[in-house]
Amino acid sequence: MTGVSTGAARTERSADYDPDDMMIVAAARALRGRLVCFVGIGLPSTAANLARATHTPDLVLIYESGTIGAKPTRLPLSIGDGELAETADSVVTVPEIFNYWVQAGRIEVGFLSAAQMDRHANLNSTVIGDYDHPSVRLPGSGGAPEIAASCREVIVLIRQSHRTFVEHLDFTTSVGFGDRPGDRARFGYRGAGPTLVITDLGLLRPDPETGELTLTDLHPGVHVDQVRAATPWDLAMAKDLNTTEPPSAEELIQLRALRATENR
Amino acid sequence: MAEIQDLAEAIRDLVHDGDCVAMEGFTHLIPVAAGHEIIRQGRRDLTLVRLTPDIVFDQLIGTGCAKKLVFGWGGNPGVGSLHRFRDAIENGWPVPLEIEEHSHAGLTNRYVAGASGLPFAILRGYFGTGLMDRTETVKTVECPFTGEKLAAVAALNPDVTIIHAQQADRAGNVLMWGITGVNKEAALAATRVLVTVEEIVDGFEPRPGGVVLPTWVIDAVAEAPAGAYPSYTSGYSDRDNAAYIAWDAISRDRDTFERWIEEHVMQSAPVVSS
Repeated sequence: MTGVSTGAARTERSADYDPDDMMIVAAARALRGRLVCFVGIGLPSTAANLARATHTPDLVLIYESGTIGAKPTRLPLSIGDGELAETADSVVTVPEIFNYWVQAGRIEVGFLSAAQMDRHANLNSTVIGDYDHPSVRLPGSGGAPEIAASCREVIVLIRQSHRTFVEHLDFTTSVGFGDRPGDRARFGYRGAGPTLVITDLGLLRPDPETGELTLTDLHPGVHVDQVRAATPWDLAMAKDLNTTEPPSAEELIQLRALRATENR
Repeated sequence: MAEIQDLAEAIRDLVHDGDCVAMEGFTHLIPVAAGHEIIRQGRRDLTLVRLTPDIVFDQLIGTGCAKKLVFGWGGNPGVGSLHRFRDAIENGWPVPLEIEEHSHAGLTNRYVAGASGLPFAILRGYFGTGLMDRTETVKTVECPFTGEKLAAVAALNPDVTIIHAQQADRAGNVLMWGITGVNKEAALAATRVLVTVEEIVDGFEPRPGGVVLPTWVIDAVAEAPAGAYPSYTSGYSDRDNAAYIAWDAISRDRDTFERWIEEHVMQSAPVVSS
């Protein structure tokens, strides 16, 4: 449920799509062929519904309110919008959602976002500044810590800048790969953690040994120097950087159709 | 057995200064009318508990009813910040607000333990997060069978839990359906229970996914039509998303907020059951 405030678009703006569109399309593509996805409001909800509208119509969407298999026809404003319950295969309680479905490892992919992320994909959605005297009090953890712990994989959606990518989190709300290799196992977390980070500039994946995020893909029109400049640490790079396919005409048509339903 | 009361009378009887008050409703069935009555009656020093404090908690905090908030996620869903909540934490306005925060899973399991009459509940989580250092109600426990280290969360037993539901019958049995969140656990964990309902009916029809709370676990039922507005009550009303969006501007400024409370809460007649 954690939102990220708008970051400045640094990529060259195409007439056809903006950096948010690219993030959503990349996230929807990452759901191709997946079965079950835990969805928060905002970019994740848009991406999951875009996946349903394009290549994975049977994707099971689970919202934290307890709606399993929701099939909304419009983008919801909240995770508890009536249409989610009305179209769901099953509506369960909050204790059930967390204990039986998330914790037991029944969710294949969970989406997370945050105000800050560090190089090991640990996330902060709690405070900016000192905990007792915060400069910005954010909403807090909600479902994020257990999504990070127990979904089989996590996809992080976050815009990339020195504000969001930080050397040290002001607060650790959700654990990615902890501080050192093996932390997830030490914590008893059974999910694989963040396997993909999608930003407005490209895609990052964790190093299998260290869990440190490595740039693997650049979005079209983004230069690697832009990504370096937006990262406060010496960012690890894959030997061969891929370029993300730009959004197709079909993806953009479906995305616009979804957006037209927003907040109604 | 539940007594069927006017909302004002029920709040007067069941909610006292200094109480720990859980008001649940997970985006649906939020007891807004009851929250407004607490504001009108000027309760102070409450410890308020809710997984997802949203607009009505912003109002209770901004009017100085709360000294402490126990919560999981404090925001205006899909819109952004709760400005009164932030002003209380960041600037101590109108009074300082102590906080105890949990993950949703953690706070949910605190209710489950409370409802079960157990001292704590266990879950896999919290380790490696900053949440563990910030609350006394999370500890580590070792599984006696496997040796696995797990998080233990202390039982939560509110003095009073308030929830909203669709219907009660004349004996005070309560029926709710749709997204019921953690309403049942919060009610069964509490010492006293108040349920506001859309209407009082002669008898219930079967509802898919319906949850019945029997009258003998409830202290008071108060009729409060549209009592969850701008949240919603499945089968009765839709969520007013525009009101959630509008709250952002109303709550951003202290004076605008106080004028809104005066007009929409203080000058608004308490709900009287028919």
